Amino acid sequence: MNFDKELDARGLNCPLPILRAKKALAEVGSGQVLKILSTDPGSVKDFAAFAKQTGNELLSTAEAGGEFTFFMKKK
Amino acid sequence: MDTKKMAIIATKGTLDWAYPPFILASTAAALGYETQIFFTFYGLQLVRKDLSGLKVSPLGNPGMPMKMPFGPKWFKSINWNMPNAIQAIIPGYESVATALMKQTIANNGVATIPDLRELCQEAEVKFIACQMTVELFGFEHSDFIDGLEYGGAATFLEFAGETDICLFI
Repeated sequence: MNFDKELDARGLNCPLPILRAKKALAEVGSGQVLKILSTDPGSVKDFAAFAKQTGNELLSTAEAGGEFTFFMKKK
Repeated sequence: MDTKKMAIIATKGTLDWAYPPFILASTAAALGYETQIFFTFYGLQLVRKDLSGLKVSPLGNPGMPMKMPFGPKWFKSINWNMPNAIQAIIPGYESVATALMKQTIANNGVATIPDLRELCQEAEVKFIACQMTVELFGFEHSDFIDGLEYGGAATFLEFAGETDICLFI
């Protein structure tokens, strides 16, 4: 998937991936896509909840070898 | 859509209990909540300039696993809990437990309290210190970080009355 900015939140634990994502989203324009890498298993539910509450769209969630990849489109 | 609001009363002054208010407040702010934390009684420790006094105590805390943050896996999985009576007579026990806890926090990619507090302030979480407890405990305003407001119960309730979430920690 194409993306405009990448955030490496691997090794970070709650709530840092969410807080870093919020910051990274502030640096992209509306409609642009942020790719987020995380190793926190809690971030799967957290990013879904973050998207629901902020109106940013979670385009996809994937897991491979304990690493999670999210694509989020800024509202 | 109206902005959602959250109010927290932070009453605990230990390293472990410093986490819930700052984690919830910083996350709520990231979700767009207008957020306030009212620091009262021992919670005032969380807004002091110097946070090095925050400690954890395994004494009288049966819920706290005492595990080593280093060494091979089998060693890390040993639980070192010991009877309260023994913990109580070992000088520096809390300081050692705190140092081990800080190492565990770092190993797990969990933010430090100074970092989380700063993230809250960057996200414009409003901090209010209970003026009554400041005086009761003999603190000076100069003991506390900048950007703190001072008020009482009425100040807290004015905002708390309008919130969607209100927590006592």
